[in-house]
Amino acid sequence: MSVDVAPVEHAFEEVAPPKGRHGAAAWVSWIARRLGLAVLTLWLVSILVFVATTALGDPVRAILGKDYNSDKARVAQLTAQLNLDESLVTRYFHWLGNFLTGDFGTSIANQQPVAGQIGDNVVNTLVLVAISAIVMIPVAFGIAMISTNYRRRRPDTVIQTILLMLAALPEFVVGILLVAIFSTTVFHWLPAVTISGPGQHPWNEPKTMILPVATLVLAVAPYVSRIVRANLLEVLDSDYVELARLKGIPERVVMRKHALLNAIVPGIQVIALQLAWLAGGVVLVEKVFNYPGVGNQLVDSVQNHDVPMVQALTLIIAGVYVVVNLVADLLSILLTPRARTAISS
Amino acid sequence: MSATADRATPAPTPAPAERSTFQKMLRQKRFVFGGIITLAVALFALFGPLFAPYGENEVVGPPYSSQGVFGTDYLGQDVLSRLMYGGTEVLIIALLATVLSTVFGTLIGVIAAYGGGWWDEVIMRLNDVLLSFPQILLALVVLTSIAQPKAWMLVVLVGLSNAPRTARIARGVALGLVSRDFVHAAEALGEKRSRVIVAEVLPNMNAPLLAEAGLRLTFSIGLVAAIGFLGITTDPSAANWGQMINENRLGLATQAWAVLAPVFVIALFTIGTNLTADGIAQVNQRGGDD
Amino acid sequence: MSTAAQEPTATRTTSGIAIEDLRIGLTARPGVDVVDDIDLVLRPGEVVGLVGESGSGKTTVGTALLGYTRAGAAIERGKILFEDKDVLGLPWQQVRQLRGEEIAYVPQDPASALNPAIRIGRQIVELMELRGLGTDESRLQGARDGLAEVGLPNDDEFLRRYSHQLSGGQVQRVALAMAFLPKPKVLVLDEPTTGLDVTTQGMVLQTMGELCRTHGVAALYVTHDLAVIANIADRVAVMYAGQIAELGDRDTIFQSPTHPYTRALLDSIPHLSQARALSGIPGRTPAPGARPSGCRFNDRCEYAIDECRAAVPELHDVTPGHSVRCIRAGEIGTWDISRGTVPDTDPDKKRDIILSLEDLGVFYGHKQVVFDVNFDLGRAEVVALVGESGSGKTTISRCVGGLHKEWTGTIAFEGNQLGHGSRKRSVDDRKRIQYIFQNPYLSLNPRLTIEQIVKRPMELFGIASGKAATERVVELLDQVALGPAVLKYQASRLSGGERQRVAIARALAAEPDVLVCDEITSALDVSVQGSIVALLESLRVSRGISMLFVTHNLALVRSIADRVQILNTGRVVESGPVVQVMESPQEEYTKRLLANSPRID
Repeated sequence: MSVDVAPVEHAFEEVAPPKGRHGAAAWVSWIARRLGLAVLTLWLVSILVFVATTALGDPVRAILGKDYNSDKARVAQLTAQLNLDESLVTRYFHWLGNFLTGDFGTSIANQQPVAGQIGDNVVNTLVLVAISAIVMIPVAFGIAMISTNYRRRRPDTVIQTILLMLAALPEFVVGILLVAIFSTTVFHWLPAVTISGPGQHPWNEPKTMILPVATLVLAVAPYVSRIVRANLLEVLDSDYVELARLKGIPERVVMRKHALLNAIVPGIQVIALQLAWLAGGVVLVEKVFNYPGVGNQLVDSVQNHDVPMVQALTLIIAGVYVVVNLVADLLSILLTPRARTAISS
Repeated sequence: MSATADRATPAPTPAPAERSTFQKMLRQKRFVFGGIITLAVALFALFGPLFAPYGENEVVGPPYSSQGVFGTDYLGQDVLSRLMYGGTEVLIIALLATVLSTVFGTLIGVIAAYGGGWWDEVIMRLNDVLLSFPQILLALVVLTSIAQPKAWMLVVLVGLSNAPRTARIARGVALGLVSRDFVHAAEALGEKRSRVIVAEVLPNMNAPLLAEAGLRLTFSIGLVAAIGFLGITTDPSAANWGQMINENRLGLATQAWAVLAPVFVIALFTIGTNLTADGIAQVNQRGGDD
Repeated sequence: MSTAAQEPTATRTTSGIAIEDLRIGLTARPGVDVVDDIDLVLRPGEVVGLVGESGSGKTTVGTALLGYTRAGAAIERGKILFEDKDVLGLPWQQVRQLRGEEIAYVPQDPASALNPAIRIGRQIVELMELRGLGTDESRLQGARDGLAEVGLPNDDEFLRRYSHQLSGGQVQRVALAMAFLPKPKVLVLDEPTTGLDVTTQGMVLQTMGELCRTHGVAALYVTHDLAVIANIADRVAVMYAGQIAELGDRDTIFQSPTHPYTRALLDSIPHLSQARALSGIPGRTPAPGARPSGCRFNDRCEYAIDECRAAVPELHDVTPGHSVRCIRAGEIGTWDISRGTVPDTDPDKKRDIILSLEDLGVFYGHKQVVFDVNFDLGRAEVVALVGESGSGKTTISRCVGGLHKEWTGTIAFEGNQLGHGSRKRSVDDRKRIQYIFQNPYLSLNPRLTIEQIVKRPMELFGIASGKAATERVVELLDQVALGPAVLKYQASRLSGGERQRVAIARALAAEPDVLVCDEITSALDVSVQGSIVALLESLRVSRGISMLFVTHNLALVRSIADRVQILNTGRVVESGPVVQVMESPQEEYTKRLLANSPRID
C-alpha cells in the first residue's frame, strides 16, 4: 500500500493561452455576421409581405367589393396604380426599389403619399411601447423576486397562479376590462379612448396614456415575471450558489452578486422577445383605445384593403422587431463572459 | 465469485411502478381546475345553440335594453342567445388551427433537429423570419387582399402563424433527444431514419408537445377572437364572441353586458386552457424519467 | 456506543471537529432518515476518508459539518462540536461566520461550482473582502500565494480569467486555493477529483495532502473511490445506507476489513498489480425509507443470520481505533487482499484475428483527432483502449461501431473492409458488431418496455419474432441475471446496473461476434462494476465473443483485458499483452499513467 503519488511537474498541464486581447477583429466580423442575418431576415420578410398582400387574393376585387363588376374605369386605374399587369417578380423589385429610396407609394384610401401619414403614428407607438417597457421591467422583476423569496410555498403558488391567469388573457380582453372598470361601468376616472387633435401627441394629455400603458404592462409582465422567476430558481439551485452559501457569504450578497447576475441575462432575452411581441399586441390595444399609432392605422388600412399602407406599416413593425432582437442578442452576449470570450478567441 | 455466483441472486426488486403521466396530471390542481373550466366552456360553445332561448338574429326588443339575462345588443338581439351561438365557430377554428400547428410545427422541428447541419440552419432561419412577425400581423397582412375570408382560411392563417412557435419548441425537445444514446443505438443497428423518428424520438415528445399544444390553443382562441374583434368576419350577421365585442363597444357605458358577457367567456376559456397547459408542463418538469 | 461516545469528550479540549450522534431526516417524510447514528472525530492535520456508494449519505454528512443540508432534508438530532461549541446549536449568523473562515468546503464539481460570471481573482478573495479581513493588497497577495501553492500561475492575466477559461484540473486547484485562503481549521472535500484524469487527479491529491498537513487542517475527504482513499486518508469511515459500517486506520481497513460490506466492496475492486476475478454485491443500495430493519446490509449480506434482522447493530470496537457495525464481526473469519487473484493472460497465446485496424485516422470536420492507429482483435479476446480524456479512445470505438463516419484507413472485419457509418454497412456487419454505451441512463429509450428494447434487434435482423422472440428475451435476461419480471417494465424502474445489463442483453440479442464497450462501467458504483465485469467475462468464455473495451481505468484493464493499447492525444503510445505493458512499461507516458493511478495493493 503506497501513499506516495508520483511527483508531477505542474508545467505538464496545458495552460490555456491568454484570450481577449486580439478580439477586436473577431468582434467586427461577429457583428457583421449578425447584421447580415438581420438584413437577410428583413428581406425575406419583405417578400412575405409583398406576396401576402398582392398575390394571395385579388386586391382590386377586395378594394372595390361589389363595384368590381360595374366600375371598369376604377378597376383599370387601381390595376395601374398597383402595377398589377406586370409579373409578380417585376412588381416586387419595382416596389422594393421604391421602398429603399424612401418612396412608400400612395395610399389607396385617400390618394396621399404613404410616407407623410406614418411619421407621427410611429412616434406615438414607440412612446407607448417605451413607457410600457419602463413600467413593466421593474414590476416584472419585483414580482419575480418576491415570488422566489417564497419559493414553492403558498404565496408563491398564489402569485404564480394569478400570473398564469393574467398571461392567458388576450390583450384586448384586458383592455376592455380595464375600460369597463375605470372609465365606464364601475368607476368613471379615466378616459376610455384617446382623443388628440391633429399635430397633437397623446401624451400631452397624460391621463389618456394610463389605460393603454396599464393594458400593455398587464399583458406582458406576467410572462416576463414567470420566466425571470424560473431563471432565478434555477440559479439558486446551482452548485455555485450552494458553494457561496457554504463559503459563508451572507444571503443578500448571494442573491445580489451570485444569483441575480446570472439570472438577468436570460431575462434580457425574454424582455426583448416581449418588447418585440408588444409590436404586435399594440395593434389590438391601440384599437381598443383608439390610440393614434401604427397599430390602429394598420387595422384601418387592412379594413380599407389599402395595400401600400399595409406593406409600409408591416415592414416598419417587422423592422423594429428585428432591431430589438439584435440589440438583445448583443446585450446578452456582452453580459455572459463565456459567450463573450467565445467570440473574441 | 463470478457470474455464476452472481446469477444465483434473486430477480431485482424493482422500484414501485410509476404513476402514468395522466394520473400525475390528475393530481395537479391547476390541471384539474383548468380542465374543468375548459370543458365547461367548450360544452357551452358546442351545445349552446341547442338551448338558446332566441334565434341567432332574432330581434327581441329595443337596442341596448336590459331585457333578458344579459339584455339586448345594438340591434336589439338577445345577448345570451348570441353568446350561446357565438362560440362554436371560435372553438372549432381555434381547435383545428391548434391541430394544424402542432402537426406541422412538430414535423418541421423534428426534421430540423434530426437532419442537423445544413437542414437545421435553413429551416430554422426561415422559421425565424416567420417568428419575426407578430401573429396578429401575419393574419392581418394576408386578410388585406381578401374581401371576405372563409372559415378554412382563418384555420390555416391561425394555424400557420402558430406553427413556427411550435416548431421551435419541438426542435428544442428533439435536439435533446437525438443526441441521446438510445437514438445512436437505433442508428448503429441500422434502423430506417423514418423509424428512428417515429419509434424512438416522437414517443418521448408526447408530454412536452401536449403542453405546447395547450399553450397554442390558448393563443389560438385569443387570436380568433381578436380577428373578430377587429371586425374581420366570415359572416357579418352571424354571432361570434370576438365580433360581439366589436359590435357593441359603443354601448359599453349603457349596456355593459353586451360587451362584458363575451369578454368574460373568452377570458374564462383562455384561463382554462392555459392552466391546463401549465399543469401538463409541471408534470413534465417534475416527473421525468427518474 | 462505548468508545464512539467517549472519543468526542476527549477531543473537546483539543482542536479538530467531532460529529456526535448525528441524524438527518427528510422533511417531507417524518421518521425516514437519510443518515443516522453518525459519530466521527476529525483531528488536526489528519485526513479522514468517508467512503460509500451512491445513496450512502456520505455527502450529506460532509455538508452537515458546515451546519448545512440541501433543500428537503433537515438535521434532526446530534451535535457538531468545534472548539467547545456545537455548530448546530449556534445562531445562524455565527454559523455563517464559521463557514469559510473556520470550516471550509471544496465542492464536487468545481466547473459548475465557480460562478461563471465572476473572475476567479475576485471569487478567491470574495469572502475575505466581505468579512473585511486584511487589506486589498494583502488579500491580493494571499490569492497569489495560494495559487502558487497549488501550482497555478498567479499573474494578473490568470486572475482575470473566468472559470470556463480554465481546464478541469486548474478549476479544481482554484477551488482548493480558495478554500485554503482564510486558513480554515477544518476542510470538507466532496469528491473533489471526480471526472479528472489520473495525472491531474494525482496532482490535486498531492497538493491537497501537503496543504492539510502543513497547515494542520482536519480534513474530511468524501468519495466513492476506495483507491483514492487508500492513497490519501489516515483513517477511513465506510458508509452504507446512511450509517457508518466500519471505521478504522487506513491500513486496518484495507488489510483486515471486518464488516461484510467492506469486504464485498474490496472484492469488487480491480488491482493494478494483479488480475482479479471481480465480483459484485447482489441487490441494490436501498434508498431512504426502503432500508431493511435490523442491520441495513442484512438483505445483501452472505453472512446474515436471523439476529441480524432483529436489531440495528451498534458500532463497536473490535480493536482500539477500529470499530465495526456487525454483530458477527468476530465469527466470519479473516480476509485476504489477494483473494480472487487470477493469473494474467499468457502473452504467447495463439490468436485468431477477427477485427483489424490499419492506419486509422479520424476527423471531426477538418480537425484530425486520431492518427495512424493500428491494432487487431482476436476471437474471444478482450482488447482494452486506454487513455485520458481527449486521447481518442472513444472516437476509435465509435468508428468501429459505425457511429462515426469521418475516418480514413482500414477497419477490416474478417478481412472485409467495414463501411463508414452503420448505414453503409451490410446487415450482417451491423448484426455481428454491437456497441454498448457508457451511460445506461441515456442508452435505453424511456418510453419502451425492456421486452421491446431487447426484442428489436431480433426482429430487425430476422433472428426471431413473436412468441419465439419473447422466449429468447427471457433467456437473455436470465443470462444477464435479470428475472422475467422486468419484461414489461420501462427502463426508469431499473437501477443503473440493471439498465446496463439490459443494454448488454440488447447487444447479445443480435448474436454478435464483437462487442464494443465504451466505458460501460464508469457511470456505475464499484460493486455494480464488479458484477458487470464478471458477466462480461462469462460471456467471453461461454460464447467466444470478442470485446473492444474502452476505459480510463488501468486497474480494470488488468482484470478484464488480454491486450492493451495505451493512447495519448490520438496516437497509440504503447501496446501489447496486458501483463507486459503493465509490468514493464517502455514509454514515459505509460509509466506516468501507472505511477499516478491510485492503487490499493
